Amino acid sequence: MIIRNSHLNSIGVQKTPMLFIFIILILFNNPILSQDCNSSLTLKVIDLHDSSVLQNASIFIKELDKNVKTNSNGEYVFKDLCNKEYFIEISHEECETIQTEVKIKNNTIKTIRMEHHLNELDEIIVKSNFKSKSKSVFENKVSKQTLEDYSNNSIADVLKTIPGVSTISTGSSIAKPQINGLHSSRVLLINNNVKMEDHEWGIDHAPSIDINSIEKISLIKGAGALKYGGSALGGVIISETLKTKLIDSLYGKLYSSASTNGKGGTITTDITKTNSKGWYTRLQGTFKRFGDYNTSNYIMSNTGLSERNFSLKTGLNRVDYGFEVYYSFFNNETGILRASHLVSAQDIFRGITSGIPLIIEDFTYDISAPKQKIKHNLAKFNFFKTTDLGKFNFQYDFQSNKRQEFDIRRGDDRNTPSIDLELTTHSLSLDFDSRFSNNLNLNLGIVGKYQKNFPDPETGVRRLIPDYEKYDLGAYSIFDYKLNPEWIIEGGLRYDYTYMDVFKYYKTSFWESRDYGEEFSDIIVEVLANQILTNPKLEFNNASATLGSKFLFDNNNTIFFNYSMSSRSPNPSELFSEGLHHASARIELGDLRFKPEVGHNFGFTYQKSNEKFSLIFNSFLNTIKDFIVIEPVEIMQTIRGSFSLWEYRQTDAKLFGADLNVDYKLNKHINLIHQSSVIKGTDTKLDNPLIDMPPANIKNEIVYFNSDLNNLSVSLQSEYTFKQNKYPDNNFEVYIPTTETYEYIDLSTPPKAYHLLNFNSRIDIHTDKNKSINLGLKINNLLNTTYKNYLNRLRLYTHDLGRNIILSIKYKL
Amino acid sequence: MKFFKYALLASTLIFASCSDDDDNTPDPVNEEEVITTLTVTLDSGSDTVVMQYQDLDGDGPDAATVTVSGPLSANTSYDAAIVLLNETEDPAENINEEIEEEDLDHQFFYTVGSGLDANTSYVDLDSEGNPLGLNFVLNTGGASSGGLTITLRHEPNKPNTGLENAAGETDIEVTFDVTIE
Repeated sequence: MIIRNSHLNSIGVQKTPMLFIFIILILFNNPILSQDCNSSLTLKVIDLHDSSVLQNASIFIKELDKNVKTNSNGEYVFKDLCNKEYFIEISHEECETIQTEVKIKNNTIKTIRMEHHLNELDEIIVKSNFKSKSKSVFENKVSKQTLEDYSNNSIADVLKTIPGVSTISTGSSIAKPQINGLHSSRVLLINNNVKMEDHEWGIDHAPSIDINSIEKISLIKGAGALKYGGSALGGVIISETLKTKLIDSLYGKLYSSASTNGKGGTITTDITKTNSKGWYTRLQGTFKRFGDYNTSNYIMSNTGLSERNFSLKTGLNRVDYGFEVYYSFFNNETGILRASHLVSAQDIFRGITSGIPLIIEDFTYDISAPKQKIKHNLAKFNFFKTTDLGKFNFQYDFQSNKRQEFDIRRGDDRNTPSIDLELTTHSLSLDFDSRFSNNLNLNLGIVGKYQKNFPDPETGVRRLIPDYEKYDLGAYSIFDYKLNPEWIIEGGLRYDYTYMDVFKYYKTSFWESRDYGEEFSDIIVEVLANQILTNPKLEFNNASATLGSKFLFDNNNTIFFNYSMSSRSPNPSELFSEGLHHASARIELGDLRFKPEVGHNFGFTYQKSNEKFSLIFNSFLNTIKDFIVIEPVEIMQTIRGSFSLWEYRQTDAKLFGADLNVDYKLNKHINLIHQSSVIKGTDTKLDNPLIDMPPANIKNEIVYFNSDLNNLSVSLQSEYTFKQNKYPDNNFEVYIPTTETYEYIDLSTPPKAYHLLNFNSRIDIHTDKNKSINLGLKINNLLNTTYKNYLNRLRLYTHDLGRNIILSIKYKL
Repeated sequence: MKFFKYALLASTLIFASCSDDDDNTPDPVNEEEVITTLTVTLDSGSDTVVMQYQDLDGDGPDAATVTVSGPLSANTSYDAAIVLLNETEDPAENINEEIEEEDLDHQFFYTVGSGLDANTSYVDLDSEGNPLGLNFVLNTGGASSGGLTITLRHEPNKPNTGLENAAGETDIEVTFDVTIE
């Protein structure tokens, strides 16, 4: 039985107001009064939902200035207390901190119920559940503060704060996360429990998520989180909004920031209304506008950005049932460096030789071709019900992603996009989460998905991605079992079936050069003058599995070990590419014959933490069979000169690496943070390094924080990125007829090492007990260093961002 | 796997209201901007030589056909005219019109290779008086042979002194082996 205590609830309101808390106070009073200080207090901390005990919860008693942790029974006994009121604070890694006063009378026993959401996978309304994420893989989280600090940036930029995560980018505004060296189709992005379907395969396709719509983001490296899919060879990113509390409340924030680089800014706001019956509504919106960004000494023409997003969620959250409707609209337009629009080998040579953009114009907010326009709609409805068997969650979600890419074109086509895709996805899922006993959890689920891609033929450019309809059916079963309080094992299986019904026009010459005629004559629908219409029907069966363990060998030391097997079907780009891909300045050829790639990933994490010191060491080994890579095969002559011809092929790959995160509390005010990571990727068939592997990097940061000075925080970060010495040599020589010379085109050599300094500071200005104003000053690339980043695909033609001073103001009520 | 397939097909009935009729196969796309064919007609008044570069599958695997109808005469002035076609369309589309409409954004360049004794000069100009180059004059010198490269740049710097500072993107770059007799 749950008793709500109104005066304690009001404490929760002042704290982060996104989670609801129930606290039960059970006071057993001993009738014998005593004046001596020999009373005791037994505190027991349990999970609000399932009454499981919470070990390692920190308890702080103000009057004693004493900080302790609960034992494996979730208990701690304080002795020699006086019979008076004590102020205590209870916090747990996964919970909202609770502050309360306890009146001690002799031997007092008090139970604290905490809203525990280690795996609030089903976000807001679905109550916490342990199996949704992985129990045997360490889960990296980005703090709310960091998330707010990156309001101006993209979701990939904020994830980069996690060691082992880098970004692969196309210029300054198009960035996607790369986990343990892998990206795009090999990384799953979950937005409010919906797997993003936004043409994620393309290296120049950034996630269609507004960073300001997210309140919580976590990342699981490797394929351990089977619930979300079996194809996450790199990892899973889970972004969520927070649960709301069951109280009558209205709160929100307004955040705005302005940057010197790009001479633009962001305004974002959200407002949440909740009531004690469990109804809630949250409305959020963002407006971003930037002009041309600059490097340390020149303007990168046509790199502006315009973004307008909003999201709405509303629902009912009761302890045993509830529902939610979530809708988000993401809309942006991004300029791509004008001078990067070079495709023939001769032009690329001119661009590389210059080293700086061939076109530098005056600063402007205008966004011209080449550019991208993206519109992403996401709607979700879910309903959950908790019964004696466990919790059922039913979900339907819908996504529509409209992607338009504009090139520099001629004549009537000048304002017509060269790529115009509309990807529509419907998905139904049923998830069942049971708890057989205190030690055994089982999670079962089934997901069905229908997807349709429509490439608009009005572009006047042959379709890069063909028309297709795709049907997916997936089922998973995951258990975890607590052998003893220290040791948890986890295992899971997932099976995915995919059926693709494709209509694809092949160039007759390509069809013949590939000898598709012999093998695939049955898929020909119609033969035209120089094209062949085909109807490939592809089936893929993918099995994935995970097995792992988490071992707590004392309160401060934890080990995670996980093995996972994952399997990914080739994506449409790998299967069907055939022709010039402007965004990558090369002719790309896919292969209809590709099979799924299968990865075996071993992950090991060691975590140590105490009050002064925390360390997370993470390492992995990932071997991937039939890994799909694209690489240059020859130089081809066209009417536009020489082109580099790239073909996808399947090989075997091995990636391994390690990263480290150390946080040391020097004293009450100063924290020292160290992060480093190193990754190595090899094509084991050719014994060659893999392309685009992040170079080793080291970050060191010193943070000063003083709660007595209005929560003043000042930090200085040093970021050193090594030169990537392991890279495949894709350079080639080309004859340039206008100069009658042979020139060496160096596409491969990575840029040299660089060092950046970043400054960050913020301070609270309290205006009222329930309102706060926070000011921030951030300077990225403090020394205005000139550098190139290996993982920026435009590095051949331009340097990276110069100094950026960002002023921000946040108003919360 | 049959079961899955049927289960999926059945489930599509649920979704079917949103999907189009499957009988409609997508329309083919004929590339609108592709230049498949460049023809240079050189006319001295008494003698006509035609040079042609034709690549009907564009960026497809088939190689282009490059032809020069015959040798040029020594010490002769030829009026040269360039015709650009997109032959993937039927009838073929003449791209010259687009180039003329956007004359400020285009310029041809002619590079006479070492060994070939000839020079070129522009004839037609854009609306601002800078060279466009769909028409040019080729003056041959003594008997020799070498390459004549024709380059079309899109959005070049105008005016310029040649390819070295023209910038822009290369829309055409083809070389003909020319003999002067």
